[in-house]
This record gives sequence, C-alpha cells and structure tokens, in this order.
Amino acid sequence: MEMTLDKAVAPLPVERSPGYWATVGRRLLRNKLAMAAALILIALVVMAIFAPALMPADPYASSILKRLKPIGTAGYPLGTDELGRDLLSRLMLGGRLSLFMGITPVLLAFVIGSSLGIVAGYAGGWTNTIIMRLTDVLYAFPSVLLAIALSGTLGAGVGNALLSLTIVFVPQIVRVAESVTTQVRNREFVDAARASGASSLTIVRAHVLNNVLGPIFVYATSLISVSMILASGLSFLGLGVKPPEPEWGLMLNTLRTAIYTQPWVAALPGAMIFLTSISFNLLADGIRSAMEIKE
Amino acid sequence: MRDTVEFEAPAPARDVGGPAQPLVIARDLVKHFPLKSPIPLRRAGAVRAVDGISFDVLKGETLGVVGESGCGKSTTARLLMQLTAQDSGELIFDAQGVGSPQLPMKAFRSQVQMVFQDSYASLNPRLTIEESIAFTPRVHGVPAREATARARYLLERVGLEPARFAGRYPHELSGGQRQRVNIARALALRPRLVILDEAVSALDKSVEAQVLNLLLDLKAEFDLTYVFISHDLNVIRYLCDRVMVMYLGKVVEIGDTESIYANPAHPYTRALLASMPSMDPDRRTLAAPLAGDPPNPIDPPPGCSFHPRCARAEPVCERRAPALSDALAGHPVSCLMAMPDGGHSLPLRRMTPGLHAATP
Amino acid sequence: MTASTTPAAPAAPAISVKDLHVTFAGGGKTIRAVNGVSLDVAPGEAVALIGESGSGKSVTLRALMRLHPPRRTRMTGQIHVDNQDVLALDKRALARLRGGTVAMVFQEPLLALDPVYTVGQQIIECIRTHMKVSAAQARALALRALESVRIPSPERRLAAYPHEMSGGMRQRAMIALALSAQPKILLADEPTTALDATVQIQVLILLRELQRELGLSIVFVTHDMGAAVEIADRVAVMYGGRIVEEGPIRTLLREARHPYTMALLQSRQHGMDRGQRLQTIGGAPPDLAALPPGCTFAPRCPHARPDCLAGVPRTVSLGNGHRVSCILVAEPSAANAAEAAA
Repeated sequence: MEMTLDKAVAPLPVERSPGYWATVGRRLLRNKLAMAAALILIALVVMAIFAPALMPADPYASSILKRLKPIGTAGYPLGTDELGRDLLSRLMLGGRLSLFMGITPVLLAFVIGSSLGIVAGYAGGWTNTIIMRLTDVLYAFPSVLLAIALSGTLGAGVGNALLSLTIVFVPQIVRVAESVTTQVRNREFVDAARASGASSLTIVRAHVLNNVLGPIFVYATSLISVSMILASGLSFLGLGVKPPEPEWGLMLNTLRTAIYTQPWVAALPGAMIFLTSISFNLLADGIRSAMEIKE
Repeated sequence: MRDTVEFEAPAPARDVGGPAQPLVIARDLVKHFPLKSPIPLRRAGAVRAVDGISFDVLKGETLGVVGESGCGKSTTARLLMQLTAQDSGELIFDAQGVGSPQLPMKAFRSQVQMVFQDSYASLNPRLTIEESIAFTPRVHGVPAREATARARYLLERVGLEPARFAGRYPHELSGGQRQRVNIARALALRPRLVILDEAVSALDKSVEAQVLNLLLDLKAEFDLTYVFISHDLNVIRYLCDRVMVMYLGKVVEIGDTESIYANPAHPYTRALLASMPSMDPDRRTLAAPLAGDPPNPIDPPPGCSFHPRCARAEPVCERRAPALSDALAGHPVSCLMAMPDGGHSLPLRRMTPGLHAATP
Repeated sequence: MTASTTPAAPAAPAISVKDLHVTFAGGGKTIRAVNGVSLDVAPGEAVALIGESGSGKSVTLRALMRLHPPRRTRMTGQIHVDNQDVLALDKRALARLRGGTVAMVFQEPLLALDPVYTVGQQIIECIRTHMKVSAAQARALALRALESVRIPSPERRLAAYPHEMSGGMRQRAMIALALSAQPKILLADEPTTALDATVQIQVLILLRELQRELGLSIVFVTHDMGAAVEIADRVAVMYGGRIVEEGPIRTLLREARHPYTMALLQSRQHGMDRGQRLQTIGGAPPDLAALPPGCTFAPRCPHARPDCLAGVPRTVSLGNGHRVSCILVAEPSAANAAEAAA
C-alpha cells in the first residue's frame, strides 16, 4: 500500500530551528564575563602550544650570576628564578604541562565516569547499587589525600600523576552522571521510547545521551581548575613533574624560598594558576547559565 | 506536479481473531507497588494500585476509563502498554497472549501506542519534531529516509504543516500543537490500539475541541480502537462508546456510556455523575453527593472498597467483597446489590442521578 | 432593570477597576497581558472571570493585590478595593490590605502553602499579622477558621503539615487561611481545577455557603463554565487581555452576544451527540507580545469584518448589566434603552 504525498519530501525546504546547542552558544556569546574568560583561556592555550616559538630565552639555561632578577630586567621581562632561568620562558613552556595535567585527567574521568554513571542511572537495581557503593568508597577520601596516596604509591612522574588524578575524579563524575541519568530516565519521553519497543541501548543512545552529556560536561569543566591545582600540588610535593621541567606548581615550590627576596617573581607561577583556574570556572559558570533555557 | 514517494506503510496487522474477538482481554490484572519499610526485611505493605481488574476492549470502539485520584486508571494504562508488568493476571491481544511466543513484546508494541498527558514531557527536548516521530519506525527497522517521509506525512495529517514544524523543537510549540505531535508519533507504525491517558486534560477548551475532532477523524481513517482515560465526564460521554468506572484499583461498573450516564447502577457512579457541576444556574447543586476525599490505595477497606462512603452500606458490605456481575443490571456492576445472592437487603435502584439533589 | 438582579441601593462597589493595563517587560519583549479592563464587583457579589490561557484573567486577579513583580510590571488605570486606591498604596498599607481586606486562594495548595510549617502555624501567623491577639486567642481563631470550612477533625489538622493532608482538605485549609483575617473580598484563581470531581463540587458548595454566611465578595477565575455556573452571580468573559462580554450568569448562558462567548458555549461537549464533530474556534490564542490592532478576537472570528481591525470595539450596554464589546452588537435603540432602564 502506498502513501502518496502531495508535496515533495526530500527537497522540501523545512524551517530548521537553531537547535539546542546553537541556542546555548548564542546565549554564551552574549555573556561578557564568560567570553572574557574564554579569550584568556584561548590566549593561554595558544601561548602554551607555540611556546618554543614565542619564548624569548632558553628556559633551561641557568646562570648563577643572573639568579632572582626582578621584573623588568633587561632581557628578562619577568625576572629570573633561583637558578637564573628566564621566568617568562619557563612560564610559557610550563603552561604546556600545567594545562595538560589540568585537562587530561578530567577528560579521561569524563569518559570513564559518564559511562559508569549512565549505566548505573539507567539500569537501576543491583547494577546501580554495586556501582554507586563502590564509587562511594573512593568518594569518601578527600581528593587531595587520595591523590597524594595514589601518587606516592605509584611513584613520581607525569604519567602516574595523571593516573592518580583521573582516579580521584572518576567518582565525582559518576555521581553526577548517575543523578542526571536517573532524572532523565523517569521522564515521559523515555517511557514513550520504551513504549515504541526500543531496546535499552537504543534509548540510551538516542534519548538519554543528548539530555545527559550537557550537564555532566559542565560539571566536568568546573573540575579542570581543581585538577590543575591538585597537579600543581603534587608537583609541589615532588610527586608529579620532575625538575628541570617547567610546570607552574613545581616552579611555585622551588621559588618558595625566594618569596622574601623577590616576592613578585616568586608569586608569578601562582598567579598563572589562579588566572587559569578562575577562567575555567567562569567559563563553566557561563555555559551552565546558557544551558538553562527556560521554555 | 505531484511528487509521489512510495514506501510501504506497515501492512495493517492481520486481524487474527476476527471481528467478534475483543481486541484486548484483561483478566484479573493485579499491580501492587511495595512500600519501603524502614525496618529491613519487614514488609511494609503496598500501594494496591490495580487490585484485580477484568475488562474487554472491543474492536473499533472507544472505551472510556474514568475515576478519581487513586483509582488506578493510569496504572491500568501502563499495564495495557506493558510499560509496567502486572504482578498477576492475563493480558490477551487479539486472541494471542502478550509476551507469548506468538506475540513477542516488540510485535505487540508496534500494535499498541500511547499518548500521555504532559505534552511537553513526552517529547525529547533535544530532538526535532520529525526526529521524535521518526524514532518509532526506525526502531522497527524502517530506513531513515522513509521514516522521515512518514513523519512528515503524519504531521500534515494532524494539521501541522511539515514545512513549518518538522524542524522545530518541542519548546517552540504550544500545548495543543505538541499534543498533535504526540498523536502523530503514536500513529507512526499504524497501531491498532491507541491509549490516550488524559491526553486532552491539560489543554484549553477550544484547543481540546480541535484535538477531539482530530481524534475522531483519525479513528475513522486509520481504523483505530481507543482507550480514553480521563477525569472529565463530559468528554467521556461525548467520545466514548462504552465506559469503565474505577474506584480504588477495581472496576465498579462497565458498560454502554449512554446507559450508564442515564441510569448509573453503582452508588459510586451515581455520586460521581451527580458531582458534575450543574449547567443551569437555577438548579445549582445543593449538597455534595460524596463527603471527603478519594481514599488512599495503600490500605483499602475490607469487603467492598466503597462501603465507608456509601450511603446504602450495610454490615454485609464490610464482610463481603462484591464481584462484577451483570445479572441484575444488564451490564457488569461490582456491588452486592447487583448480585442476585449478594446478601444486601436493598434492591438495585437505577435512578437518574438525582439531578443534583444528591439522593444516594 | 429588574430589582432581583441588580444590587440594592448604590453601595460603593467592593472592587472597582477602570481601564486597567498591565504590561510585562522582559527578554526584550513587552507582553501586554491586560489591555483596558474595567470591572465592578458589588459587596457580597460573586463574579467569575472566564477565559483561556493568555486571556489575562489571572493577571487581572493578581493585579488587584499588586502581586506582580514591581520591576518588570507596569500597571496603569485605576484599581479601587474597598475604597482604597491599590496602585497608590505604600508598602505597609498594601501589607494590611493583603489578607486583611482581600485574600487569595490558589490553584495548587501544595505550592501555595509553606511545606515546613503546619497549617495551624500558618493560619496563626496570618491572624497575628492582622489582629492584635494573644497566641492562645489566635489559636482559638485558627480553630474556628478550620471549623468554618467544614474540615473533619479540625484540632488534628491544626498540627498537620500540608503534605499530610489530601487534596480536598488542603484546599479547605487554604480557604481557611485566606479567611482567617476576616477579609471582605476573596480572590480565587482556579481553586478547583486541580481537584477530583467529587471534591470539586464540595469546595464549590463551600465557597458558595461561605459567601452567603460572611457576605464575601468573590472574584473567581476559571476556564470551566460549569464551576462558574455553580458559584457566580455575574460572569465576565475575557480574551486577549480584555473583557469581551459580561453580564448576569443566566443572561450570558442564554443570550450571549459576543462571537467568542457563543463559540465557547458551543464548543463544549455538553449535549453533543457522539461522533458529531464539535464546533471549534479556529486558530490559536493570541500572542500577547504582538497583539493585532483593533479587536483581539478578530483573527479567529467567523464574523470578522475589516472594521474590526480599525479600533477596539466600544463596550455596549444591553441593559440589565449585560455589556458586550463587539461592533456587531449595536446599542439598543433609544426606545429599547428607555424601556430597559425603567
């Protein structure tokens, strides 16, 4: 039996609405604070990526004579550290590792945590209980202590630090993912999808994911700054990045004693951490506000 | 020039049982929701949402289900859709057991669909209208292009111009438009039975009228059977051929609409119909037919669940639970007065609902 | 005019609204919710405001107590409640007005009552805000308020939280709360829409009895003509922020003249045969941010003419308190008018 249509179908121009993410994007663009934060972050990322080309001096070239020069010294715009290395170059290059260690664990935790959380949230019952109670065990540890304990066990080094930070963040994301998924699962359009005879996998893929990933992503973004600070802390304690690699947390550690002689120089790595953290937070806030579209 | 897109609509499902076979036979369906007990391992009782109901849905009819909060009509809808599985009882669709090898779940679902009350919550806010409608056919294997074509066809049938609406999102439509989308979605696989759970309750009266007209047209065109759940007695009277009255998880009366509205047999039906606001300002309702609120299905009274509020209750009503019997009333009524050996002293009186004078 | 339908000697109206306009600004749009509403409610009279979503009935009701957020709202016109100019009241006078002179009952008691306080505490708080009484006296008054709404076991209800009560009892509790400070006017915004049929009729009868016993004026917003018939003496039909027709209930039911009122009455399922298509009003409710010029109903009106868009139709008085705002309804001829006024 054929159903005939009076108008052409495929070539018919259908009014396309902007769509959810496009609307979110547009609202975000209007948020000046979030846009400023985004610009700062873009500048930092560009700086980190192109650091070798942009650096004025060799970040590893040390010179006892030139140690702890103040800001504004000729040839060393931001001064030098305790080994006479140019601070500006080290900050630029250090951005690579710092940003890397801020973003990567969160990204990994997002993937792992979302999967576990969505499964727990959608399946319910025993699956949910097992996953969530295991998560609770990890969640019970304060993140700093957990990171230190894991790093200490695994040993120093960037790779191990990444691993321990990922493990620290997975439980938090699992919690958020499970909570959001449970809410979405109980909404009527999921019932309607079940009533269509769709399998659970199809429902998760077609209906749950597009409603759930947004909020989880926003939460994860707010974790980036935490990750950076934790990574800096690990480096500070000697558990993450090893010298002479520049990394903001490590630099903060080694410049610690210089706070009495050159306070401004010693504070610079901390200022970078602060700037990056607050920009990520403001951006995450902005995205969250933009996503609250009142219908 | 007309552009013809040929695609196979799903063949209207074979009529297995023949015209005399009821489309749905429900027998003794029970669904209790257990309550969480603060003390582990101790049973805390249950919400007896549906407490043993039996009814038939005939082919081509519109069956109304009416009742107040706690009567179990929404749970009944979910049981019919098998969104929730019953604790016990049989559900037979066109002479085949639902979930049996002859009628596996997925095949059943392609023949029964539902339209929910909350038009906004029933649509995925992240999908466009046509994606939402096309989802069901795609789940059942229809290729994407054809599913989209069918979605647009159905949009047009329900009165929404595809060019304007297909690419929109649910939050851009009004309540009435969204409900039309939900109806289009329910029809995407040419089901035989459509369950409408308070589908027009949230709409303005003028929009409600439009949607009701649409439902009538679609029923004729697609050869549908409807189960229409509502608390609005006027709509039920207008739309439904037969009506089923529910109270506290049980069916108290079921039969031809006109017959029940004109001469309700069960005391609860009488009270419910008498509660409809008067349309005559000179003859306003003087006294409420029933006192108090509809009870909670957690702890239903013993015997007949209506006896605490029934003006004609007798001690036997507390001891003995009535069963549906059509011996005295001509259609099934669940009341000891309607059973020949019920033990009740009063005869079954089928009065016109006291014209708001609230005579029980 | 027949004496039975007009109020007695010219007592000052309990509520007098003249040419009210309410606009909301927000999101870059201006929403014109109420566009020139004039309404009088006599003491002891019950008036129903009937309309669909977007008609402006709830906005009008809330304007009577100035409940709208002051920053986003602009109200022009006159609102006199119990001879006080509501739009000019200062904050303290407004607080005295609310609850003391005019009180409101809402559609969903679970949302309107505070979930963390018992019903008794909320009623006592209202009483003590408006009257100088001791705690014990307030409690006695609260008990009396609950008794007056015929709630079963009122002492127990005083100590009950809203979520512990059933829907009908909650609505009665809310009515008791509204009446506890003995206001003269009760505003009700769809108070029975969320209730079951058997409970709805109980609450409607209760409101009617309270109105008689206490001499309350009631303004009752609803979309259900049946509820209006049970309670109202007069009905005002609203569309697009204006009153299109108003009059005594019997007159409106039997002799409606405005096309919208007639279409509303005809589109009900009451009395229709099964299978017969319902009369519908084509189109959709108006967009309050972009109202058409002239009569707001014209785009959907089966009798529309070009003149309808020229300007807002004048309100024509057909006698007996029946007023219509439609160019198709002409002023009764001079002879008829003289007769009607006699």
